Amino acid sequence: MSNLLDLLVAGLATGAIYALVAVGFTLLWQTSQTINFAQGEFVMLPAFLMLAVMHAGAPFWLAIIIGILLSLLLLGLGFKLLLVDPMLRHGVLPLAIATMALAIGMKEAVKQFFSAEASPFPSIVPAGDVSILGRVVSLQSLGVLALAIAVVIGLTALLNRTSVGHQMQATAQNPTVARIIGVPVERMILLTFLINALLVALASLLITPIYLAKFSSGEVLGQAAFIAAIVGGFNQVRGAIAGGLLIGVVDNLAAAYVSTQYRAAVPLILLIVIILFRPQGLLGRPEERTV
Amino acid sequence: MTATGKYLRIALGVAVIAALIIVPMNFNRYGLYILSQWAVMTIAAMGLNLTLGYAGQVSLAQGAFVGIGAYAAAIMTTQGGMPLIAALGVAIVLCFAIGWILGYPALRVQHHYLAFVTLAFSTLAFLVFRNEDWLTKGIYGISNIPRPNVLGFATNRPLPFYYFCLGSLALVSLAMWWLIRSPWGRAFVALRENPVRALSLGIDTRRYTLMAFAIGSALGGVAGTLYAPLTQYIDPVPFNLSLSLDLLMMVIVGGSGFFFGPFLGAMIAVLLPEWLRFTQGYYLMLYAVAVMLLLIYSPTGILGILDRYLAERRTKAASALRAVVKSRLETAP
Repeated sequence: MSNLLDLLVAGLATGAIYALVAVGFTLLWQTSQTINFAQGEFVMLPAFLMLAVMHAGAPFWLAIIIGILLSLLLLGLGFKLLLVDPMLRHGVLPLAIATMALAIGMKEAVKQFFSAEASPFPSIVPAGDVSILGRVVSLQSLGVLALAIAVVIGLTALLNRTSVGHQMQATAQNPTVARIIGVPVERMILLTFLINALLVALASLLITPIYLAKFSSGEVLGQAAFIAAIVGGFNQVRGAIAGGLLIGVVDNLAAAYVSTQYRAAVPLILLIVIILFRPQGLLGRPEERTV
Repeated sequence: MTATGKYLRIALGVAVIAALIIVPMNFNRYGLYILSQWAVMTIAAMGLNLTLGYAGQVSLAQGAFVGIGAYAAAIMTTQGGMPLIAALGVAIVLCFAIGWILGYPALRVQHHYLAFVTLAFSTLAFLVFRNEDWLTKGIYGISNIPRPNVLGFATNRPLPFYYFCLGSLALVSLAMWWLIRSPWGRAFVALRENPVRALSLGIDTRRYTLMAFAIGSALGGVAGTLYAPLTQYIDPVPFNLSLSLDLLMMVIVGGSGFFFGPFLGAMIAVLLPEWLRFTQGYYLMLYAVAVMLLLIYSPTGILGILDRYLAERRTKAASALRAVVKSRLETAP
């Protein structure tokens, strides 16, 4: 367990999931100044949606598809239309508070309508071990890492290679100028909400088999993703990815080498130090909007 | 403000205070506990309102300061056998000093970054409460926290202790009332409205930012020293991040930057879930929905609605007056 390679792989696997969540978080911030304090609960919910579909008798793959569609509908479209749109013009803080209330509501709803107990969740990666460089590494960690990296690469390609991606980036950098040069800003903002919903659904699918489905599991995850986003750079997608991987690895190493009691403190101290010396994050730009 | 308006407000104030003193006399133990909790949380929220509402700095650490105050009270009164007033002094000094230090990031980073620095502090404080067994007894918590004697009166029973909390709230409110009308309070507001202009007016923005953080944090400590004897048992759980989030919600929902905002916000956060308890498991859900709807309708909180209503009435009255004057001018020969 205390082998460095094992720790690194496990750290990168959780880190990659943090990265997915953190990327969605930065996308929402960039395009619509939304700080989503319910982001952790957004990851918690899709697993329960999928479980509910499975309880109704559907096979796992169908549950995944329906779960992702419901996630797009509720956490993407619903979140934007019902909460963000009416509140956006009032500034960042009331909206942030409203998402806190949303987090409470989501937790309580799952606890009330589903279960207060932790439920097991099937893994899309088969159990077992493989041997790499003479070490035994769990297949699940590798599979999660591979899938998360594939998603991240796909997303980066979308943002950097396609015209839709360029329009999204223009919207993120300066909505006014983007509108002038003919970018359908509203549609791009909606798209980022849908992408966020897709990312949290995928993160949910990857992380729930490891930590079980529990109504309160979003708290830790949300905080890890926030820290990842800030550490990497609040306004950079690649910053969020780097931050996610870094926090995952640091967290795992801290648990093994520092102390299990203060393991949660290590990423936080890292966060404070980075904010004080490099407020824009490791890869971020200072927040001046340029075209 | 007209003279009748002023008398009306004074009458309303007297009525509310009288109700707070008389009505709970026939409350049961639990009702008094909840009302005492309201008074305690109002003090903590008032501190945060100073930091956020008047000085414009977002802090997610107020719950940690309540925890520090509560642990100071619990440790000193149970293990040291000292009176609560001594613990109060220690809590105020300690929270003031930590708040001052925590204010330094506020000089460098703003808004959401500051929120996350204070969030990190909040979680670190929780870890210390949980892990430093030698001091805080860790997850087992500290029990049998005595209630104080105030001016020779024992406050062991719920009603006297409620009056003790209410009296403390009154003292804190008077101090705050004085503070925000003092040059300091005006400087805080100047800081919130326009830091650059405040600086150009000769306000030492650094010192006042730190001061707002420190005083706000100290009030969190005051609330904590009341919280420990109220529950008579503390463990780390109540002081985790969600208390800080709750307090922030209280300030925003009540109306940040309004003097009476924290009173209403704490009422919503402490009393509303209790009133909704008849709905069984749904009460926190309904509470969350209520908060979201309120914020969508009025992002400046409950007092924001009132403020808007009064402003509208004033504009209407003014334009009616203008119309009258204008018609008189037109009909005049």
